[in-house]
Amino acid sequence: MENEAGALSRVAGLFSARGYNIESLCVAPTVDETLSRMTLVTRGDEQIIEQIIKQLNKLIDVVKVQDMADAPHIERELMLIKVQAQENSRNEVYRLAEIFRGQIIDVSESSYTIQMVGPGHKLDAFVTALGAIPVVEIVRSGALGIARGPRGMAVPEA
Amino acid sequence: MPFGLALRRKTQAGFDAFGSINLKERKRVELSGGQILVECLKAEGVDAVFGYPGGAVLHIYDALFQQEQVKHILVRHEQGAVHMADGYARATGKPGVVLVTSGPGATNAVTGIATAHMDSIPLIVITGQVPTSLIGNDAFQEVDNVGITRPCVKHNFLVKDVRDIAITMKKAFYIATTGRPGPVVVDIPKDVTDPRVTIPFDYPASVSLRSYHPTVKGHTGQIRKAIDLIINAERPMIYSGGGVILGGASAQLTRFARLLNYPITNTLMGLGAYPASDRQFLGMLGMHGTYEANMGMHHCDVLIAIGARFDDRVTGNLAKFCPTAKIVHIDIDPASISKNVVVDVPIVGSVKSVLEEMLPLIEDAGGAKQPEALTAWWAQIAQWRDMRCLDFKTNGDVIKPQYVVQKVWEITQGDAYVTSDVGQHQMWAAQYYGFDKPNRWINSGGLGTMGFGLPAALGVKFAYPDEEVVCVTGEGSIQMCIQELSTALQYHLPVKVVSLNNRYLGMVRQWQEFFYSGRYAMSYMEALPDFVKLAESYGHVGMRIEKASDVEGALREAFAMRDRLVFMDFQTDPLENVYPMVPAGAGLNEMILV
Ligand SMILES: Cc1cc2nc3c(=O)[nH]c(=O)nc-3n(C[C@H](O)[C@H](O)[C@H](O)COP(=O)(O)OP(=O)(O)OC[C@H]3O[C@@H](n4cnc5c(N)ncnc54)[C@H](O)[C@@H]3O)c2cc1C
Ligand SMILES: Cc1ncc(C[n+]2csc(CCOP(=O)(O)OP(=O)(O)O)c2C)c(N)n1
Ligand SMILES: [Mg+2]
Repeated sequence: MENEAGALSRVAGLFSARGYNIESLCVAPTVDETLSRMTLVTRGDEQIIEQIIKQLNKLIDVVKVQDMADAPHIERELMLIKVQAQENSRNEVYRLAEIFRGQIIDVSESSYTIQMVGPGHKLDAFVTALGAIPVVEIVRSGALGIARGPRGMAVPEA
Repeated sequence: MPFGLALRRKTQAGFDAFGSINLKERKRVELSGGQILVECLKAEGVDAVFGYPGGAVLHIYDALFQQEQVKHILVRHEQGAVHMADGYARATGKPGVVLVTSGPGATNAVTGIATAHMDSIPLIVITGQVPTSLIGNDAFQEVDNVGITRPCVKHNFLVKDVRDIAITMKKAFYIATTGRPGPVVVDIPKDVTDPRVTIPFDYPASVSLRSYHPTVKGHTGQIRKAIDLIINAERPMIYSGGGVILGGASAQLTRFARLLNYPITNTLMGLGAYPASDRQFLGMLGMHGTYEANMGMHHCDVLIAIGARFDDRVTGNLAKFCPTAKIVHIDIDPASISKNVVVDVPIVGSVKSVLEEMLPLIEDAGGAKQPEALTAWWAQIAQWRDMRCLDFKTNGDVIKPQYVVQKVWEITQGDAYVTSDVGQHQMWAAQYYGFDKPNRWINSGGLGTMGFGLPAALGVKFAYPDEEVVCVTGEGSIQMCIQELSTALQYHLPVKVVSLNNRYLGMVRQWQEFFYSGRYAMSYMEALPDFVKLAESYGHVGMRIEKASDVEGALREAFAMRDRLVFMDFQTDPLENVYPMVPAGAGLNEMILV
């Protein structure tokens, strides 16, 4: 979409006004700084998804809409998770982070902060795997998506 | 430099006596934001702005004041300004232009903007804003105009730099008038129109947006598929709506229906797109549609939807809607297609272009292919028509509202511009004033805004001073924008107000009678003013008509006063209902008839 003040609120407003749910929403400028790219995760039957796409396309600030679920794609999310890591659980946390290919990016005497990237379900699985180890805080970015294969998302000319 | 001086100097160099730019000097002339805005309006061919001044737009008003090409109509309430511009737009097909101040000026305009949005009416609404340096400070008369109007506009802009005014206005007009039309708000902070800041002015000849490319031409394959379905129909029905009027395609629609000899119904917004007096016309459909139109919908095998959006007032219970039909849908907005009703052959494009492409195909195919089935279908329709669902009982000297509308039709020879407010009177106007031409029936369908009728009528009258303009209203609705009677006097806009005064919020009362066992909660209009004196105090003519036998004479007398606004207060049957009616949850074949 156009990298303009208000573009994001138009999208968010559309979802709330029409009662569509937003599971996650992630937006940042692209290489072309007049554009920003939003990855939005929503749920609905075929007809609702079709309406959502049409309604998004109607927004003047939206340049292009692509339904990632239509084709093979990669979904990634970043999670920063701070867990209690005391004497007895320090090793266990370290080991679990290894298994899930997380990185410990901050350490204190009673905690580890782990950075982890993956599809949402993998991040969920890690949180589950922590079991009884107390979680202090979780921050998740929301999903980002990109199509598999050589082709990129083309932007229409003015 | 002191402000007045700078301005005076500028108005001397490069401007003629009327404040128009001298073209030869255009390149050299530097203009302020206010002047640029006015020049943009001129470049777009705008002849009138409906508005109301205030602090944030004073620079713009000053620029308007110093020229004569763009007239300004001073309303009495900003809602009135938007409805006037809206009426003007609906009658002429050109965008209406509004100018209001920040804060309360803008919030007062919101109802009008939402009204236009729901009915896809092209408007440019310029709202003043506090200076850019104060935005976000809870400054005097600050509201987030862009935020407040976002859900009820086609698009909106905040212009933060004088250099962006021209391109933004160009985009605004382009967006408002193309594709599915709609209102565009342009919010302009006061410093952006400061007369001390001047820049060279150049209005872009055209504009293109990478994210906005409305589809005009229909997909050829889809059109062929549709034609195949259409010409082979046995029980066809054409259901057309406001899109035909917005798209100026009434001639094409008429040709289409005639070529096929298919029955046609119009939505409330589509009335006039097909001549009501024509044999093939079945009347309006939907909640208060005719028996024949609704039965035709229910039993058809091919439904051809043209510029209509399957509104819930039209479909009734979706589960029971057109159970046996294959549906073709032509609409310029892909989001209108398969939104409420899933259709079989969608065609995205403008009605005009798509119908023009269809007509020769139908001709080449030799027209409709099922003449026998069609004859039987017309015979069935004739039986439904025999129910005479719009007949009403008269009762001595009690004035029946339907009768008043019929008489208005007779006296104006069915050729007036008729606006209405919202309620029973609106439905009676729609049912009993047969519109033979498009753009003549002007009402708020989507939002259903009481208060729309009078200002809309004034907007129409401003556009067409020589045409007869009638506002059919109720004693409830008229009081929502009655202050515009004053505007009517100031600008000499002699419309005729036909008030069907039933002393009730009649539409509300009807629902209470049907669905709340007659508990008339707050629907009786007590303490009504003396409308005759009220009209007179505004400088107009007032008439009160109490007997059926006086209706025709009063109307003739009123319409003979070509030069005066006449307010006719008809004391109508308080308990009359609008029939037929499809109650909530019912199918179109389940009408209450009398
Ligand atoms: C008290 C009350 C009672 C009502 N009862 C009824 C009733 O009984 N029957 C009824 O019909 N309505 C009724 N309405 C009105 C109803 O609420 C809707 O406003 C109306 O039905 C919508 O009309 P439409 O489908 O023609 O759509 P519009 O709102 O006129 O929309 C036009 C459609 O055409 C499309 N379009 C626009 N331009 C073009 C173009 N150039 N080419 C192609 N497509 C185009 C648009 O995308 C849109 O889908 C009532 C309203 C009120 C207030
Ligand atoms: C601004 C607004 N408020 C409330 C309504 C709800 N409403 C719809 S019709 C109606 C009654 C209108 O009364 P009147 O103008 O006297 O017309 P009648 O139905 O009696 O012909 C009301 C209150 C509305 N449509 N618009
Ligand atoms: Mg009333």
